[in-house]
Amino acid sequence: MLTRDEVKKIARLCRIELSPAEIEKFQKELSVILDYVSELKKVETSGVVEISQVTGLENVLREDAPRYSDLRQAIIANFPESREGFLKIRNIL
Amino acid sequence: MDASFSEISELHEKLKNKEISSVELTEYFLQRIKKHNPQINAYLTVTEDAALEEAKEADKIIARRGKISVFTGIPFGIKDLFCTKGIRTTASSKILENYVPPFDATSVQKMRAENAIILGKTNLDEFAHGSSTETSAFGESKNPWDTSRIPGGSSGGSAAAVAAGLAPLALATETGGSIRQPSSLCGVSGWKPTYGRVSRYGVISMTSSNDSIGAIGRSVRDLALTAEVMSGRDEKDATTGNREVPQYSANLRTNLKGMKIGVPAEYFIDGMEDDVKKRVLDAIEELRKLGAEIIDVSLPLTKYGSLVYAIVTPSEISSNLSRFDGIRYGHQAKDARDLAEIYSKTRAQGFGDEAKRRIMTGTYALSAGYYEAYYLKAQKVRRLLVDEFNNVFEKVDCLVCASSPNVAPKIGAAKDNPLFGYIADQLNIPAAMAGLPALSVPCGFGAARDGADGGASSSVAGVQMPVGLQIIGPQWGEQKIFDAGHAYQTVTDWHKKMPPDFVPASPLPGKRK
Repeated sequence: MLTRDEVKKIARLCRIELSPAEIEKFQKELSVILDYVSELKKVETSGVVEISQVTGLENVLREDAPRYSDLRQAIIANFPESREGFLKIRNIL
Repeated sequence: MDASFSEISELHEKLKNKEISSVELTEYFLQRIKKHNPQINAYLTVTEDAALEEAKEADKIIARRGKISVFTGIPFGIKDLFCTKGIRTTASSKILENYVPPFDATSVQKMRAENAIILGKTNLDEFAHGSSTETSAFGESKNPWDTSRIPGGSSGGSAAAVAAGLAPLALATETGGSIRQPSSLCGVSGWKPTYGRVSRYGVISMTSSNDSIGAIGRSVRDLALTAEVMSGRDEKDATTGNREVPQYSANLRTNLKGMKIGVPAEYFIDGMEDDVKKRVLDAIEELRKLGAEIIDVSLPLTKYGSLVYAIVTPSEISSNLSRFDGIRYGHQAKDARDLAEIYSKTRAQGFGDEAKRRIMTGTYALSAGYYEAYYLKAQKVRRLLVDEFNNVFEKVDCLVCASSPNVAPKIGAAKDNPLFGYIADQLNIPAAMAGLPALSVPCGFGAARDGADGGASSSVAGVQMPVGLQIIGPQWGEQKIFDAGHAYQTVTDWHKKMPPDFVPASPLPGKRK
């Protein structure tokens, strides 16, 4: 089973605050999932190249050209906080 | 014939012949939603005013005999995972509870271009993580055939809406069963396209290497019509294929002479419900009578499909959901002292348990030291799965099996079971991992193993729940699965059954000649 510290480390990496009760809950639940997938080790895959695009497309490119968006105001309107068209956030340090 | 359970082509005839207007049709569905949605919670948002405006516009186009398509003036629902311009889009998550996108998903734009009428947004598992809609932050949807049961998921709201006659069609998405399984559980037809057949642009991402944008409707013919509109290359989604979109609906077959249909032994798993197995075997017999050659095939890697999925999916989710950080849109924690706390508190407050489980599982699987054992290993096995399917499709045109090993379970069955979705969707996941197109079509009814009445009361004993036949094709083989599904629906009427509590008392309104 995953340790408390392992769960805390995962939570820190994915930026989700957990209560002590949640740490315990996810310790159990994540372990159930990891046990479940461990069966996969039984499949022989030496020499197999991993797949990353199932329909076989490769390097679909387009010109990296700048263009204007008409969404500026709509995007600003969605900011939780804004001032003079800028996104306002809490201090970083 | 009543409008609530009509196929799109039937409604189109009535609109075209001026037997009914789009405004009347739209009002009719809006009334039905008002009356019945509280029973099943299929819609999260109903866009009444905009729908009636759009319907007026459609009526004008029809009146001046302008360029109309089969979708002009036809109302439909949209899973609340598709961005809709000016319409709240929540992904059934608190983190997006008040998010109003400034743009439309490409598939939504395409439906709007046909002057189809958006009725509203349908419920789903939070961020499409689940197979029951029980992980929705806005309450589960209920199965119209028995409201004490789940509709399946994640596209459970779309399936329940169509099954209850609250929309003739609903857009949906699938990553590993989210169209086929709820379609099966609710007794409606569902199409999961080939990966890249339909643009993913503007649909909130879950597992980018799998996500497929499809639809749930009342017949395979309707789905074929929808596929013609939704499919095609989109420069905003680089994974869309550059292939022609055939006239699927015009080419539909009514006999299957010469078609080779494979029946994979591994899909008849232990633990499958008896009635499900019987109905599927009956359906295969119908396909044989239609002229198809039925061939036994084997797909030994099937049992590993869900394991590959249980790694790849959370991994990609952990990456895709990192954008929900409370900074630019959506929920932002009010009690945070600094930037790091905005992230961690916003995400703690905004995500439900299943989303957290998947983000954390994926974060772990992708973290230093574990990537090779989990994600890389899974993508290698995934290659073997793809190869195995490719080999079998050299021998057969399509595969048939059950869409789900069981009929709809009781609400609560999925709760706090971290493996529920992976097991519920085990018959759907392998094809999804290989990017294959597939259908679920209704093929009868069966009793649940938990007792048709859930053991609660003897007075409702005999409640029979829908069973779905799954038809899987090779990549880009939409025509083959539509052919098999349509031919089946020409000799059966399971897709025309209506859940008794939702059969309208007053038929189609505004009948006039």
